Amino acid sequence: MTGRPAWLAPHRIVMILALAAFVAWSAASLRWSWLPKYAPLAVEGIWRTLWILAVTSVLGFLLAVPLGLAQAVGPWYLAAPAHAFCTVIRGTPLLLQIWLLYYGLGSLFPQFPAIRNSELWPYLRQAWPYAVLALTLSYAGYEGEVMRGAFAGVARGQIEAATAFGMPRLTLFRRIWLPQAVRNVLPTLGGETILQLKATPLVATITIVDIYAVATRVRQDTFIVYEPLLLLALVYMAIAGVIALVFRRFEARVPQRRG
Amino acid sequence: MTEIAEHPARRPGAATDEAIRVETLHKSFGALEVLKGVSLTAHKGDVVAIIGGSGSGKSTCLRCINFLETPTSGRIVIAGEEVALRPDGTPASRRQIERLRSRLGMVFQAFNLWTHRTLLENVIEVPVHVLGVPRAEAVDRARGLLARVGLSEKADTYPAFLSGGQQQRAAIARALAIEPSAMLFDEPTSALDPELVGEVLGVIRDLASEGRTMILVTHEMKFAREVADHVIYLHNGLIEEEGPPEALFGAPRSDRLRQFLKSVG
Repeated sequence: MTGRPAWLAPHRIVMILALAAFVAWSAASLRWSWLPKYAPLAVEGIWRTLWILAVTSVLGFLLAVPLGLAQAVGPWYLAAPAHAFCTVIRGTPLLLQIWLLYYGLGSLFPQFPAIRNSELWPYLRQAWPYAVLALTLSYAGYEGEVMRGAFAGVARGQIEAATAFGMPRLTLFRRIWLPQAVRNVLPTLGGETILQLKATPLVATITIVDIYAVATRVRQDTFIVYEPLLLLALVYMAIAGVIALVFRRFEARVPQRRG
Repeated sequence: MTEIAEHPARRPGAATDEAIRVETLHKSFGALEVLKGVSLTAHKGDVVAIIGGSGSGKSTCLRCINFLETPTSGRIVIAGEEVALRPDGTPASRRQIERLRSRLGMVFQAFNLWTHRTLLENVIEVPVHVLGVPRAEAVDRARGLLARVGLSEKADTYPAFLSGGQQQRAAIARALAIEPSAMLFDEPTSALDPELVGEVLGVIRDLASEGRTMILVTHEMKFAREVADHVIYLHNGLIEEEGPPEALFGAPRSDRLRQFLKSVG
């Protein structure tokens, strides 16, 4: 690249032209008349998808850290349940987990007057707490396994140097071990977060109106099949792009030497 | 014997000029006995060099001093303070170990700089996050130390972008930043390309000449002879011979040491 912007490379120009042609074609020959009417709903749906993704990824990761740590270095009575949890979560369909929590737990709770009368009840009778719980546990299960490898993979000398300087264990974990472990698996975590994004449409099956549910509603109301799906794909791609960008930023914070 | 027993340095807790004292140190890894009763003393300002073939236990001996390895038995006294041990030989108080460690500057064979932090961050890490030095003060001191080892320009560079010699000099700066009462060098030049050894030895030589207490495990015989006040030759987990460098290198008494010196050239 000698001074020209990166997008001026020949293959990129071709791709940009192809995209422009596709956009022009779809704007001209497809039906978008439904869009203004459903736009507010779509925005709401995107917002819901985004916050479910953000909340469950963050909570799931916070849970994955102890899960990974327990498996990597914990005593057997912590390692075994952590391993069992990760195995069960990773071995069963997410859809099943969501339904088990929503229809199972959700129908169990009302039988207890203590819960029905508690201040949590207004939330527990809605669908989203179960969706958030299921997606959080799912992310934790997968990332717990990733973090197990990450913790075990930090070079011994890095920990030893901190030990040799009298660093207390909690400080060592916070300052040396955890950041190095996370840094080593950032590319994996980025990919898993994109997978998490693409798992969110499952919450539509328990009445939550995310962007996928909005697209479905449009199709049912208007009998227009392809256009809402096309837009839906575009939305997910855009969000996935943003996730990839965010993680690339994280990765760039500590420059790696190549070769 | 009574005279020795009443010597102030021998009384626990009394003012002493001993920086590090190790008594009858034993260490086994499973059935393998690596150290079979090693005793050594480093007085303040002393440079003690430990030499010996591979597997002689010299690194293990050094690593027992700050409990990176837990001795099987033996006493360790650092600046007059004895490390409290349980009957099974493990340290009784993590707090005490951490406090003592935070005043022993260790330099590793493989440098072990924290790869996710710049050199400057490496050097201020322990002062700020273990010793509680205000950050601005720690940064000031760290810049001075990096300048001292010739790395001012590299303060904001990550370790992966530096040569082994530069990394090891930075690791020495990191060890100096804690204002150590003694420094422990574990084969500091063994992982370096030959042309980089000199720059690291130069820094260590400087430290030796300013009267720092150091225990140095090394394969560099010429260097040991030049900087050490006291040399210990370990063989099979025991001290085979020790004394001032001129005596040890000039007129070795034991056959083993003579052979060893011949083999390392």
